[in-house]
Amino acid sequence: MTATASTATARVIRDYDRPLWRRILITREMAIIALLVLVVLVASVTLKGFAQPVTVNYLFLDIAPILLIALPMTLIMVTGEIDLSVGSMVGLASVVTGVLTQSGAPFEIAALAALAVGVIGGAVNGFLVTVVGLPSLAVTIGTLALFRGLAVGLLGTTAVTDFPEVWKDLAKAKIAGTTIPYIVIPFLVLLAIFIILLHFTPFGRGVYAIGLSKDAARFSGVHVERTKFILFVLAGAVAAFAGIFYTLRFGSARGDNATGLELQVIAAVVLGGVSVFGGRGQLHGVVAAVLLIGVLSSALRLAGVTSDVINIITGGLLVFSVVAASLLAWAHRLRSKAGPPRPRVAASSAP
Amino acid sequence: MTTTAQAPASGLRHALGGVGRAREFGILAALVVVVIAATVKNPNFLFSADGWRDLLLTPSILMLVAVGQAIVIITRNVDLSVGSVMGLTAYLTGRLFIDVPGIPIVLVVIAAVVFGALLGLINGALVAFAKVPAMVITLGTLYAYRGINVLWTGSDRINASDMPKEFLGLGTQQVLTIPVLTIIAVIVLALAAWYMRNTRGGREYYAIGSDPAAAELYGLQVTRRVLSAFVLSGALAGLAGVFYAARYGSISSQAGSGWELDAVGAAVIGGIAITGGVGTVWGAAIGAMLLMTINRALPILGIPDFWQRAVVGVLIIGAIVLDRVLAVRQKRRLIEARDES
Repeated sequence: MTATASTATARVIRDYDRPLWRRILITREMAIIALLVLVVLVASVTLKGFAQPVTVNYLFLDIAPILLIALPMTLIMVTGEIDLSVGSMVGLASVVTGVLTQSGAPFEIAALAALAVGVIGGAVNGFLVTVVGLPSLAVTIGTLALFRGLAVGLLGTTAVTDFPEVWKDLAKAKIAGTTIPYIVIPFLVLLAIFIILLHFTPFGRGVYAIGLSKDAARFSGVHVERTKFILFVLAGAVAAFAGIFYTLRFGSARGDNATGLELQVIAAVVLGGVSVFGGRGQLHGVVAAVLLIGVLSSALRLAGVTSDVINIITGGLLVFSVVAASLLAWAHRLRSKAGPPRPRVAASSAP
Repeated sequence: MTTTAQAPASGLRHALGGVGRAREFGILAALVVVVIAATVKNPNFLFSADGWRDLLLTPSILMLVAVGQAIVIITRNVDLSVGSVMGLTAYLTGRLFIDVPGIPIVLVVIAAVVFGALLGLINGALVAFAKVPAMVITLGTLYAYRGINVLWTGSDRINASDMPKEFLGLGTQQVLTIPVLTIIAVIVLALAAWYMRNTRGGREYYAIGSDPAAAELYGLQVTRRVLSAFVLSGALAGLAGVFYAARYGSISSQAGSGWELDAVGAAVIGGIAITGGVGTVWGAAIGAMLLMTINRALPILGIPDFWQRAVVGVLIIGAIVLDRVLAVRQKRRLIEARDES
């Protein structure tokens, strides 16, 4: 992992040698945004039913949980960690909301309790990663099973469907005069918060620093453990919020709600240009990537393509997007074969 | 994902001897406790023909996948596509029996293993040559392979009646009360364990996982090794697909979905460090056995099996915490020993 971390550093430094317009335009994030615009244009022209207000409505309702969770996940992955337990947390929050509502608690209280469970779950992840010092991949595979187990254990195979109509309607309601659902508002608020946090605060600079080099970050005064802990708690809380939305949207709390969501979120975050090794990635790229996957699948579905082909395309897109850079570099090397061979373990031994 | 003190700890652990083995011993002890507890509660758990068979047969499939996964993780990579590979080869197995009447079983097994190895080769090539994290690549192929599977299968479902009796017999036949599939799985496991422990190639996997850069500088063929680890993982998932078809007789497009996390979980429970370089395939196999046995033991112990995943989660966390505690304690002891001398 050290080798890749140092190549990432090298890339960051090299970036400052390039003219400003190239730095802004020729980036991974811009490529994803361009692709998104392209897909939207092509779909609008070629598909009859696509450029409809109703498409926007369904699109946002469908991808809202992914959009929401991708925000904290981006920050976590920029630090070089990962949270696989978010899908299970959506399920657990859904079940907590359901069980409490069923037992007579007002929905508002049930939802607050679910949020609290999200915070606690995130704190458990954060504690195990930062205090005990365990790898987050292993920890969150454990809590993925644990949270899902608690969710399924609490409700079994039954489902709670009795939620106040007011709230169920609100989850699906459109902002007056548009077809955009209300869920976009909390998303935009969270997006603003996370953008400010990541790009305009010392905390955010610390997040990048941790991803590039944990030790260097620590020596420059970044609270590595505290930062990671906060991020895991945020991820838990946002996942729980997404779980409450999920429950209301489908009007059903089930133990197996949102199974496998974690992989969708991670796929989107990676597609959006975040390196799993940390230190690299920006929120606008990730949001564009979630939208790209969402738009692509709704367009393909409209075109009569089955969900399996959509899966192949999503997977292929993910693989291609990460392999493309290497392919370019490889082609470049082929062309300039006369030059000195590049050392493959370049400078990785530098501390 | 982080370069912690784990890598040097593996060397230290080896030097101290025994402790590494104690790690697998702990999991084995947990397995024995679960089996004994369930048997005391209901003797049929162990002492009935079905109970005994299930105890050995059910984990055999996951065991194969977990062994492949263990080898990949030891090289500091991960293979999230194994569930999809297994599903594809399971369907291929059934398909071959339907489309090529009278095809010899051995040929089908070979075809499935080779197909699995090919899918693994794709993973490995992408990881090794593109120098992109394995997690990303195999996350992509997880979707892609599953998509191909669903595309190929459609709403079709292969049933036991589509496959020859002798093949399905593999899933039920026994030698000296031990299921045939289990015997095959254990032979594969023993071969893998021997290879990882005693051959130069096996040790190179550990060397690469402990410190990829150092391994490369030392002149090890890192690219080729990583490639071969993925091919092995794919081939074993392919064999597991054959087992799946023989054991369950019914294959839909969703066969094996979600197994990737079970396989990683089994490896982690069995003492394979996710940061590479540490652990044995025996541990992963015992981890797989523990995972599957708990599944059956819980209802007998009076706990609804809905709680199974929660128990599995606690187990995974417990196992890695224990691993960490052991590593930290050992490091302290070694520093003390150094200071004294």
